[in-house]
Amino acid sequence: MYTGINMSQIFVLDQDKAKDFYVNTLGLEVSNDLDLGFMRWLTVCVPGHKGRDVLLEKPGPPAMDAKTTETVRELVTKGATGFTLGLTTDNIQKTFETLKARGVEFTQEPTKHFYGTDIGIRDPFGNNIRIVQTAEVWGEPHLDPPAMVKS
Amino acid sequence: MSRAVEELNRRMLRARDAIDRAYAQPLDIHNLAEIAFVSEAHFIRTFRATFGETPHRYLQRRRVERAMFKLCETDRNITDICFDVGFNSLGTFSRTFRDVVGVTPSEYRERAEVKAVPSCFTMAYMRPSSFGEARSSNGT
Repeated sequence: MYTGINMSQIFVLDQDKAKDFYVNTLGLEVSNDLDLGFMRWLTVCVPGHKGRDVLLEKPGPPAMDAKTTETVRELVTKGATGFTLGLTTDNIQKTFETLKARGVEFTQEPTKHFYGTDIGIRDPFGNNIRIVQTAEVWGEPHLDPPAMVKS
Repeated sequence: MSRAVEELNRRMLRARDAIDRAYAQPLDIHNLAEIAFVSEAHFIRTFRATFGETPHRYLQRRRVERAMFKLCETDRNITDICFDVGFNSLGTFSRTFRDVVGVTPSEYRERAEVKAVPSCFTMAYMRPSSFGEARSSNGT
């Protein structure tokens, strides 16, 4: 029925700032940056992975009224937008050090789990981004969760 | 909402993230107030107005959530876990754990099942609530 996911969306409060962060700091690349007149269609993707794009959308009129816009902006700045983006890496430690050197805000430093090692960061607006190196790539045995369930 | 409120939200979130990162350290209101660019006198009140609970309560729930994780996913003994997550005494740890989770750490470990979800979800959703669900579901 479906063949894949081609797009998802994140609310950002300033698209110039968002483009700078998602490209120059996080290391994604711009897949589209078009002035449609009624909106700026700004998408980013993992370099080389066009076709799996993330829309960096600015909330506001006429798509939503002023009061709703304020509510959305409040949720973003309070970090209440949930899990907005998950990325995979083949070297979490190197990714962590690179992002740290670029001044990224971390919600969680590298933490090991049965599924791999992950970190958590914020975008400049408050959105929550997760980056994981999965256990399979890590070259460690992937623990089967049911085997760890205690009776 | 003014842009000033948004900026305040974002700064308070930055301080809250610092609590999450340094959960094993004592709560440093002075440092957190600096991160948030508010006075120490205003920090606790502003945090509560923004996130609905005090920084102390937020930290306690973070510590208990980390303890729940370690009880599930590791074989470390309960005393070690108590100190790992930032409590200074086993008594305070057990009391706080039981108060918010509804069972003791050892009872929790007995019943534990590994949740096959990313840690950010356990961080957000396994964090025991301030709003009484654990107590009410426990019938106390």
